[in-house]
Amino acid sequence: MSSIATITIAPRAAERHVPSEAAIQDAGLAKQRIEPASASARALPRWVRRASGPIALVLLWHIASVTGALPGEVLAGPSTVISSAVKLFQTGELQAAIWVSLVRVLIGLAIGGTVGVALAVLAGLFRIGEDLIDATMQMARTLPHVALIPLLIIWSGIGEAPKIALIALGTAFPLYLNVYAGIRNVDSTLIEAGRTLGLSRAAMIRHVVLPAALPSALVGLRYSLGVAWLSLVFGEQINATAGIGYLMATAREFFQTDVIVVCLVVYALLGLAVDFTVRTLEKVFLAWRPAFSGT
Amino acid sequence: MAASVQRNLTVVETDAPVRVSERPKVAGQAVRVRGLTRRFGEREVLKNLDVDIAPGEFVALLGASGCGKSTLLRILADLDREIIGEVEVPVRRAVAFQAPRLMPWKKVWRNVVLGLPGRPDRARALAALEEVGIGQRADVWPKVLSGGEAQRTSLARALVREPDLLLLDEPFAALDALTRIKAQDLVGELWQRHGCAILLVTHDVEEAVLLADRVLVMKDGIIAHEERIDLPRPRDVADPVFARTRGSLLDWLGVRHGTHGNA
Repeated sequence: MSSIATITIAPRAAERHVPSEAAIQDAGLAKQRIEPASASARALPRWVRRASGPIALVLLWHIASVTGALPGEVLAGPSTVISSAVKLFQTGELQAAIWVSLVRVLIGLAIGGTVGVALAVLAGLFRIGEDLIDATMQMARTLPHVALIPLLIIWSGIGEAPKIALIALGTAFPLYLNVYAGIRNVDSTLIEAGRTLGLSRAAMIRHVVLPAALPSALVGLRYSLGVAWLSLVFGEQINATAGIGYLMATAREFFQTDVIVVCLVVYALLGLAVDFTVRTLEKVFLAWRPAFSGT
Repeated sequence: MAASVQRNLTVVETDAPVRVSERPKVAGQAVRVRGLTRRFGEREVLKNLDVDIAPGEFVALLGASGCGKSTLLRILADLDREIIGEVEVPVRRAVAFQAPRLMPWKKVWRNVVLGLPGRPDRARALAALEEVGIGQRADVWPKVLSGGEAQRTSLARALVREPDLLLLDEPFAALDALTRIKAQDLVGELWQRHGCAILLVTHDVEEAVLLADRVLVMKDGIIAHEERIDLPRPRDVADPVFARTRGSLLDWLGVRHGTHGNA
């Protein structure tokens, strides 16, 4: 009863090659024609395809509100939103609100950014600065800054001060962390090269350390701006009498979902605009970067 | 015992700027190293080393990786002061590293004059770039340079300082074979024109014999062998004397038929 176990040895090539529709049999060799990428012609330009998703979504939203599946009290339809945006624009309310909010962000960012960058430079360049500043900053950054709103209100009332303070607090940390890391991660071979070129300490900081930290600093700026908008939304919940947050709060009182959507869109567009600004800055200041590919 | 250890780096000024096609006639040595020891923990990378380089002399320092040749160059470049012994080098010295180490955020010409006193002198940078054959690349970012062009920029940056000592740390190692030959020729020409002393650290025996007046073979932290090369320039690789010298140096490096032992 000795049974012999047999196995079939398949040619390795047969295992590896999954037959595809383009496979051609020629003299026993499994071949595949490599088509040039351009041959698989794209009927639509890329941006059209990318835009189709959002457009479809808006279309769906429009259909839902026209057919009554989405009642106006829940969410106003796109056409209502557009007409109220136009109305708010014509009365000048919208521009005034945007201006007030933008100024809040810019002042907050200017204060927070200055403090963050200054502390990062001190901590990055000097050992004593690192010892005094870094541990404190690393500890403080774990605190969600919006949790300080009650304290800020107690300290500075419900006017502009707590709103700007909140934005400044939020923006200081991302800039601090990234500038500090940028300074500390400067390529040591370039520092050495600078020393052999006879650069003084000040020249080394100016020509080597700070330029090397710039990419990191701009990443920090982008983070900071993201946090700035978030802080603005929180801050404008504090009894605002002007600005986009005020517009929203008023709309809430009267169940004007169209105005609320307009405000949301404005927040998004402002965020986009600022992001675009930073990317333009990157294009100008980081053109030297090997990794930079956009033109 | 430890009390007798002295740590000392003296910088000696050699006077008179080096003129084109004129070797400096300075008495004494461009480089004088006595009893140099460098330890990394327990390991002695340089052991009680004595090295002299005459003004205007081209010295190649050969050795396998890890023999301490780059450590010596870093000490002469004043990048490493954790030393025991006496080291004297010219005040005006320049270094070209294996990687060009250009500042990526500065245009090529600004890289060349970085660290020179006064305002960045574009004309001076252009002259230096012309000399190494890439004057037309002055206004580009370093990222668009080829490997050879970047290394030429690095040479221009070193030479624009009119050094009395030029330290070259395997500057051709990362270049492709054809580019390397051109770069070696260029260094030979530049040396003859500037007349500075050169210490070339390399592991390429042919390169050493092609360029140097004197070749030092370094092994385990000591100079195991020294060979003067009196072949006329420009040197011919096919010359039998060239081949013999190369063979003997390879023997000293322990690459061909067995090793010669002690120095």
